[in-house]
Amino acid sequence: MGLELFLDLLSQPSRAVYIFAKKNGIPLELRTVDLIKGQHKSKEFLQINSLGKLPTLKDGDFILTESSAILIYLSCKYQTPDHWYPSDLQARARVHEYLGWHADCIRGTFGVPLWVQVLGPLIGVQVPEEKVERNRTAIDQALQWLEDKFLGDRPFLAGQQPVALGYELFEGRPRLAAWRGQVEAFLGAELCQEAHSIILSILEQVAKKTLPTPSPEAYLAMLLRIARIP
Amino acid sequence: MGLELYLDLLSQPCRAVYIFAKKNDIAFELRMVDLIKGQHLSDAFAQVNPLKKVPALKDGDFTLTESVAILLYLTRKYKLPDHWYPQDLQARARVDEYLAWQHTTLRRSCLRALWHKMMFPVFLGEPVSPQTLAATLAELDVTLQLLEDKFLQNKAFLTGPHISLADLVAITELMHPVGAGCQVFEGRPKLATWRQRVEAAVGEDLFREAHEVILKAKDLPPADPTIKQKLMPWVLAMIR
Repeated sequence: MGLELFLDLLSQPSRAVYIFAKKNGIPLELRTVDLIKGQHKSKEFLQINSLGKLPTLKDGDFILTESSAILIYLSCKYQTPDHWYPSDLQARARVHEYLGWHADCIRGTFGVPLWVQVLGPLIGVQVPEEKVERNRTAIDQALQWLEDKFLGDRPFLAGQQPVALGYELFEGRPRLAAWRGQVEAFLGAELCQEAHSIILSILEQVAKKTLPTPSPEAYLAMLLRIARIP
Repeated sequence: MGLELYLDLLSQPCRAVYIFAKKNDIAFELRMVDLIKGQHLSDAFAQVNPLKKVPALKDGDFTLTESVAILLYLTRKYKLPDHWYPQDLQARARVDEYLAWQHTTLRRSCLRALWHKMMFPVFLGEPVSPQTLAATLAELDVTLQLLEDKFLQNKAFLTGPHISLADLVAITELMHPVGAGCQVFEGRPKLATWRQRVEAAVGEDLFREAHEVILKAKDLPPADPTIKQKLMPWVLAMIR
């Protein structure tokens, strides 16, 4: 059994690993674990990753979680082109600097619109407007930092979640828009489209009522997650 | 000008960087950035780090933020002993995994525990509702359990038989709620013995020195109104 990747393209870090592996021709068996259905909280999946989170990599007996750890592992194991994770001391430090900042300022924050517009309503929970506004401000601020401080590096691709949900992330931000264009051109439009097909069609699924019903385990985890929205 | 480290030992990531540099005899100029006085919010410090956060490292013209990035930079630049961040692919992945996980989990829990239990009421004179405090402490409990069950398990250190960056980052986080009077290690013998091992590996004197500030934080005089007004937006954003 080769490398197995447990993922759901609904999740930003899953997309990053997926795109990276595909772009670099890394052979992976993909195992979809449906987040909305709550499969990540199932007994079977918890045997593989007791934290019940995606993405998870299985390399024989070696199981690895956390997308940045997985990305670094894959880039070293498969000796991907240097620019992904440069060997130069300072260039590599910049990648880690971005990943650290991203964990604080992008990860939780940019996922909130999905909870507000899709996942909350799916379990009958409405996120208060005050929190939605606060999140919009946080997203704005993060984008400003991204542009002012980090642009020019080549961090691993973050998600496109807020864009899918109608947030005009790139409007009035020509540098970010240009950067996005460059990243997508490098990766290939087809691969980007493929990786983002789920998140980009999520609102349509909501309208057509084709989203699955969350399992009881997922329901609880979702409630907890929504409660944590500042 | 050699290496400069902009730090305040009140901050967990600063403690990790400080201990690491000292333990490995890395020569640096310490540039104190007093968080309680709001120095990190000053224009002067914004010249060093426009994100207004500590720790920050300055190596000639090269300025670096984010404690994990700084720790890894120092490890590589000074070619430090392998156990801190092993060359072995899988051993290293374990350290990367911990360092990534802790950002949104232990980091957050420990920070909130300190502020909700102690800094808000004592230093800022802002009451915290019993429900908020209870929720924060419950979250800390859950995170500590995960630390034990998922990372430490039955090993000597978090990612293997030897101390690594993961242990340093973790222990400095855990001292935050300790500073607030939380019983982090009581009733958790596995974590308590791990702590002893980490302290021994780092050196008890260095460990004590690095944690003097946080352990005395409960004795901080209440902030005057000007300082409080200055710090509040930053604090609220930080602990969200």
